[in-house]
Formats: sequence, structure tokens, C-alpha cells
Amino acid sequence: MNHAMSANNISDLHQVSDRFSRKFTRNIKERLIEFVLFAAATVSVLTTVGIVYVLVSESIQFFQHVSIVDFLTDTQWTPLFDDAHFGIMVLISGTLVSSGVALLVAIPMGTVIAIYLSEFANQHVREIAKPVLELLGGIPTIVFGYFALLIVTPLLQKIFPELPGFSLLSAGLVMGIMIVPYVASLSEDAMRAVPMSMREGSYAMGATKLYTALHVVVPAAISGLAASYILGISRAVGETMILAVAAGMQPNLTWNPMEPAATITSYIVQVALGDLPHGSIGYQTIFAAGLTLLLITLAFNIAGQWLRRRFREAY
Amino acid sequence: MTPMTTEQIRALIARGKAKDTIFQAIGIICLAIGLLVIFLLVGDMLLRGLARLNLEFFTNFASRKAAQSGILSAWVGTILVMFVTALAAVPLGVAAGIYLEEYAKRNWITDIIEINITNLAAVPSIVYGLLALGVFVYTFGFGQSILSAGLTLALLILPIVIVSTREAIRAIPAMIREGSMAVGATRWQTCRYHIIPYAMPGILTGVIIGLARAIGETAPIITIGALTFIAFLPPVPFTGEPAAGLFDWVMSPFTVMPIQIFNWTSRPDPAFEVNAAAAGFVLMVMVLTMNALAIWLRYKMRKNIKW
Repeated sequence: MNHAMSANNISDLHQVSDRFSRKFTRNIKERLIEFVLFAAATVSVLTTVGIVYVLVSESIQFFQHVSIVDFLTDTQWTPLFDDAHFGIMVLISGTLVSSGVALLVAIPMGTVIAIYLSEFANQHVREIAKPVLELLGGIPTIVFGYFALLIVTPLLQKIFPELPGFSLLSAGLVMGIMIVPYVASLSEDAMRAVPMSMREGSYAMGATKLYTALHVVVPAAISGLAASYILGISRAVGETMILAVAAGMQPNLTWNPMEPAATITSYIVQVALGDLPHGSIGYQTIFAAGLTLLLITLAFNIAGQWLRRRFREAY
Repeated sequence: MTPMTTEQIRALIARGKAKDTIFQAIGIICLAIGLLVIFLLVGDMLLRGLARLNLEFFTNFASRKAAQSGILSAWVGTILVMFVTALAAVPLGVAAGIYLEEYAKRNWITDIIEINITNLAAVPSIVYGLLALGVFVYTFGFGQSILSAGLTLALLILPIVIVSTREAIRAIPAMIREGSMAVGATRWQTCRYHIIPYAMPGILTGVIIGLARAIGETAPIITIGALTFIAFLPPVPFTGEPAAGLFDWVMSPFTVMPIQIFNWTSRPDPAFEVNAAAAGFVLMVMVLTMNALAIWLRYKMRKNIKW
């Protein structure tokens, strides 16, 4: 009797220690999995570090050959000629002009669509319109480039016969169409977040829908609208293929959208298409150009975040 | 101020309503322009490229003669690159999403990761190309290969996969986790048997949208120096002389659909425009199908799930 009991106790003890060791290995496994998941999450940080490292380290080598003052003030961009000039303003002008044209299309169209969808359209229209906008936003940019070069440019040439085959205007217009979905969907989200009571207050005072939309909802959602415009700008500045296909790739310091010109992005494509040896000055220029591009988009993003905080209306 | 007569008030109301109607019309026109662009694009490419859209177009390599050119190396390259992209981006993105939603503590490391993901989504795609040129092509020595391109696009769509994974996980109510843990499941078991399966449709939608974006990306792939004229296919495993290894194709030079289209659009000979149109139509069909699949999946999900 006594004997049996102690044997029982011992096997109990075994079971208990067995359970402890199982718990131990289980804990190790849990820790290991958590570590693996954490490592996956840090890949995004590594990507950022990688981008900054690559751009800065190659640019430093570039700026050992070219002074920053020349880079910012020279009015010629001829890095592959014997008489090399590195005036980034030439590329920036193309980028700004085409982005400007794009925004002249995207901001009014995007805002009108957003106001229409959030304040006027019924559920039914919205359920059709949103996927259509999404599809428009999903069209590959190379296809938009084709559209700009082979459809929009010939159409524009009927209106402006002096328009050349490549121009910032047609690339910019198509880029604007491409950005509309981004602006519209973010703006609509911002306006839908405005509480219903504010609209009801306005209607109760006898305001029409349009008056309410323009004088109550839009001011209340202005920080979100601004953020959507900023996102549109950084899309336009970073857009590549439409410009590479339809705007020509000759560097050209101009503020006239009717002319062809290279942008920062299309210059990078042009160099990458050629066969520049790794480590040459021409190879380094694309990293300097890329760094400039990154700084411009970064500046817009910071401005956007600042605007959002500065003008946020809390309800 | 003199009080308004009934007629004046009626006129005022009518004017207001007229403005509403006009604005509505403008809104619909703006939406219609978007729709029109899609139709015009697809229609134009179909009409222009119709002559070239036959079986040979899919089985021929690119050629100097426009009429004999095909997209064989391009569509094979696109599929292989997408395979590498999905293989890299899906596990990484889903794991990162699970970590941020289920494991991460509220501290500065988590904050940095989150701010990072938001900012990465705003980085122009060509900058990813420069990253890949410096890191994958030269530092890691992958060269201008399918592997380099696939990994580049994987980094590019990682934020999309992470964000959609997080949204899908966030939609699962806390009671599911509590129920699972109440019967003794560990955190990982809860994720493995509950969170991941329930979030699957949402994750899948995000992955499809991400891949649809990657399939049309041109700039980063051109930046890493992909060739535009490829008249051979990557080695098929265990064939050829000497026999190719299982993963030899990963290091092969390649071209993809968007690059092929870019190449054909930028040639002065208008005969190649027909090829560009036909290839563009094929690419659009791929992208629109993927997007439609994602939209349908989301629609179905919204209908089926009721917690």
C-alpha cells in the first residue's frame, strides 16, 4: 500500500517535470517565433537605411568631383559630354513643370470627384465609382506613357499645331489623370470623417448641398485635403515612365510646358538604359539625381504632415 | 434691408438647387473622364494591336522585324520575376504585419518601424531601383538577374502587403484571441490557428493588389540595368548541356512586359507601335484581371464575414 503510493508519487513527479520541460521548449519556440517576426518587421527599416546609405555614399563620391554650388547653380546638364556640366536645376525645372501641369488636372478633378462622392452620390453610385477609380490608379505607368505619346499628343497637336512630338504638356496632363484617383480617394476619406451634425446644422440654416459642401465640409476637412494634394505632388515628382516615354529625354532648362525636357527621373532611366561603367562619374550622377529627388519628396511629405497637424480640426 | 417677397425666395431656392444640379453634373463628368480614359486606352490598344494578337505573338522572341516580333521572353520573365517577388514579399510582409499587430509593444522601436513603413510608401519607385543597383546588383553580386528584379519589386510592395495584413488582422475581434488563449493556446498558436486563417482573404487581397502594382513597374527594373533585347529563355532546371541546376534561372538575364513595351514605344519606326499596343493590351488584361479579382474578393469578404 505504502509502496504503491510512493511509486504513484514518483510518476506524478515525472509527469510534472515532463510538463515543465515541455513548457520550457514551448517558451523557447515562442521566443524564437517572436524574434523571426520582429526580424521581418525590421526589413522595412533596413530598406530605408539601405536607400539613404546607397544614395549618400555614391553622392559623396560625386561631390568630390563636382562642387555643390555648381550642382545647384549651373544652367547646363551635360554630364556625358567632354565639356561636362552638372546643373541639376535643368532637371528640376522639367520635373516641376510637368508636376505643375499634372496638379492643375489632378487637384480640381480629384477634389470635385471627392466632393461629389462624399456629399452628393448615393450608395449605388459610390459602389461603382470607387472600383473604377481604383482600376484607373492601377493602370501601369508605362501604359499611360503609351497613352500620352500616341493618343494625347496627336490630339493636342490638333489644338496647338506647333506642339512638338515630345512635350511636358502631354506627359503632365496624363500624369494628372493618373494621380486623380489618389487625390480623390484620400480627399473623400477626409470629408467623410466630418461629422454629420455639422452638415445637419448647415442644412437647418437653409443652406444648399453645394453651399454646405464648400463652406462647411471642405473647410472642416482642409487638413486631409492638403495631405492628399501633397501625396499627389510627391507622386508626380517621382513619376518616371510617362515622362521617359512622352516628354523626350533631352535636358532643357525651361518653364514652358510646350517644350520637351528631361526630368530627374527620366534622366536616371536614360543613363540606366545606356551602358555606363560602375564607379564612373556618369554612374554617380544618377545617385546624386536620386538623392535630390528623395529630398524633394521628403520635403513635400514633411510639409504635408506639418499642414495636417497645423490645420487639423478636432471634433 | 427690405424683406424678400415669396417670389424672390422661390427664385433664391431655385438658383441654389440649379447650382447643386450643375455641380453634380460636373462631378459625374469628372468621373466619366476617368472611365473614358480606361475605355479609350484598352480600346485603342486592342484596335491598334489586333493585327498582332495571335499565338505567334506569344511564342516569338523580340526581333528586329516588327511583324515577327513576339513577347515570349517578356511574359516568361514577368511571371518568373513575379514568382520571386511573391516568394519574398508575402512571408516578410505577413510576418511584419503579424508582429506589429499581435506582438509589438508600444515603444520607440515600434514607432520607428511604423513611421518607416508610412514613409517608404511615399518613396518614388525609381529610388528603389537605385537601392537595388547599389545593393543587389553590385554589393551582393546578383547582377542584372531575375533575382535582383524580384527582390527589388518585393521591397517596393512590402508596405502594401504589411498595411493590408494589419488591416485584416485588426478587423478580427478580440474575443477570438481571448477564446483561444482561454483554452491554453500560446500567442503563436493563436496566430497560427485563428488570426492567420481568418485574416487570409484580406491578406490575399493586399497581395494581389501589390503584385498588380509590381507587374506594371518599369522604372526600378530599368534602373538595375535589365536588358531590353533578350532572345532566349532562362534555363529550365535539369535540361540543357550541361544540365542547369534547379535555381539557375534565378540568375539569368531577363526582360519583362513593361520594358518590352517601353522598348517598342521608343522606336521611331511606327510598325513597332502596333507591337507596343498589342503588348500593352496583354499587360492591361493581366493587371485589370488581378485588380478585378482583388475587388471581387473584398466584396465577397464584406458580405460573408459577420463576427
